[in-house]
Amino acid sequence: MESDRAGAALAVDRLCKTYGATVAVDDVSFRVAPSEIVGLLGPNGAGKTTTINMILGVLEPTSGAVRIEGIDVARRRSQALARTNFAAVHAPLPGNLTVQQNLRFFGLLYRVKQLSQRIEDLLAEFDLVRFRDVKCGVLSSGEQTRVGLAKAMLNRPHLLLLDEPTASLDPAVARDTRAVIQGIARAGTAVLWTSHNMVEVTEVCDRVLFLSHGRILLEGDPKKLPAEYGKQTLEELFITVAREPLALELA
Amino acid sequence: MRGSGVLAIALRQLYLMRGSPARVLPLFAWVAIDIVLWGFITRYLNSVSHAQLDFVSALLGAVLLWDFFSRVMQGVSTTFLEDVWSRNFLNLFATPLRVSEYVAGLVVSSIATSLVGLAVMLVLASAVFGLSFFSYGLVLIPFLLVLFLFGIALGITASAVVLRLGPASEWFVWPVPALISPFAGVFYPVATLPPWMQAIAYLLPPSYVFEGMRAILAGRPFSSASLLIGAALALLYILLAYAFFASVHRRAVRTGLIARYSAETVS
Repeated sequence: MESDRAGAALAVDRLCKTYGATVAVDDVSFRVAPSEIVGLLGPNGAGKTTTINMILGVLEPTSGAVRIEGIDVARRRSQALARTNFAAVHAPLPGNLTVQQNLRFFGLLYRVKQLSQRIEDLLAEFDLVRFRDVKCGVLSSGEQTRVGLAKAMLNRPHLLLLDEPTASLDPAVARDTRAVIQGIARAGTAVLWTSHNMVEVTEVCDRVLFLSHGRILLEGDPKKLPAEYGKQTLEELFITVAREPLALELA
Repeated sequence: MRGSGVLAIALRQLYLMRGSPARVLPLFAWVAIDIVLWGFITRYLNSVSHAQLDFVSALLGAVLLWDFFSRVMQGVSTTFLEDVWSRNFLNLFATPLRVSEYVAGLVVSSIATSLVGLAVMLVLASAVFGLSFFSYGLVLIPFLLVLFLFGIALGITASAVVLRLGPASEWFVWPVPALISPFAGVFYPVATLPPWMQAIAYLLPPSYVFEGMRAILAGRPFSSASLLIGAALALLYILLAYAFFASVHRRAVRTGLIARYSAETVS
C-alpha cells in the first residue's frame, strides 16, 4: 500500500466531506498514475468540485487523506501544491492584470525557475503572444481559458487538475487544447479531468470515475464501460448514473 | 517563509498601481487635502491665538502622523481587498503560498504605498506651512515606527474581519482610524478624556506617540519608557492580529469559504 501511495501521482484515500447533515463526498478513494488521464464525471452536485477543492488544499476534508506523490496535502501543503496546478472554468485569473502580469504573479507563487523564459515559452505554446499586454478581463472566454491553461502549466506540474477546461472553447481550439493536454500527460504528468462532454472524455481519458451523491459508483475504461452496463455510449451511461444511481448501484 | 510569495503579492500591487490612476491618486490625494486643510487652520489659529503653543507643530504634525498611520492600515487592507474584488482566493490559496507569506506580502505592499503618502505629506507640510520635523528630533523615527506597527496590526485585523464576514463588511475597514482617534489623543492630551476613555487610550500605541510628541513640543521631559510600552503593545497587537487572520483562514478552509468566496456565499 505504501509503495502504491509513493508511486501514484495522486492518492485519495477514504475522503469524506460533510456539512452538518449533508454529505458532499462520501468515502471516495482512487489513484491517478503518472501519464494517466482520469475523468472525474458526474451530474451537477455529485461532489466533483468538492473533491478537487480538497485535493487542492482549499477545503479541509472531514476525514480521509490526499497525497500528491506521497506527500500529505494536510501536513505538507506547500510542498504538495508545488507539484500541482489547476485550471477551472469557474476560477478565472484576475481580470485587472495583463496576461503576462498574471503569469509572472502566479509563476512567483509557484516558485518557477527561469520564469521569464518559461512565460515566453507558454505564451508561444498557447498562442497568447499577441495578448501579452492585454488585461485578462477583456479577453474572450476562450482566450481566458487558454491563459488559465498556460498558468496551469507554469510549474510543469506532476499533477494537473482540470475542471471543464474546454467548456468555453470553439471546436478547433478545444481539439488543440486536448492535444496539448494529451501531450503533457505523455510527458509524465497525471491529469484529473472533469467534463460534461462525454465524447471528449471518451477520446481523452484512460479511465473514468462516475460520482453520484458524493460516492464513486463506477470506474473503468470509458471505451469499454458503456458496453459493460448495456449502454451504447458514455453519454447514455452518464444519464443513467444521473437519473438512476441507486438502480445502477444495485446492478 | 519564502521571498517569492511575498514578492508576488507586492509585485501584483505594483502592477495594479501602474495601470490604474484610480489606485494611485488616493495614495497622495487625501493626505494632501488633509495637510492643506489643516495647514491653513493651524496658520489661522497661530494668527489669532495668544497662546504659547505653535499650532503648526502641534496640530499639523499630529495630522501628518495620524494620516500616516491610516495609510499604513489601509495599505494592508486595500491589498487584501484586491483579492476580494477579483475573486482570486481559489487561485491564490491553491498555490504553495503560505498564510505567513501572504500576510507579509500585504505588509510589504503597505510599506511602499504608505511611504508615498508620507513623502507627499512631509514635502507639503514643510514647504508650504513651515512644519519643521527637526523640532521633533530623531525621536520622530520611533514615533513613525510605532504608528506603522499598529497600522499593520489593524490592517491585518480588518482583512481578517472581511475574510470572515464577507465582502459586504468592507465598510468596516474604512472608518476604523476615525473610531480610534477620539481615544488616541491625537489632538489633545489623554488626561482630557474621562477615566474610562483614558483606560482605553493607554491600550492604544498611538496615544504614547502623541503624548510624547506634545511633551517634546512643550519642552517637557520625554519618557522613552512610555514609547517602549507603545512599541511593545503594537508588536503584541501584530502577533494577535496574525493569529486572528490565520484562525479565520483555517476556518475558511474548513468550511470551503476560500474556494467560493463572494458576496453571495458569505452571509
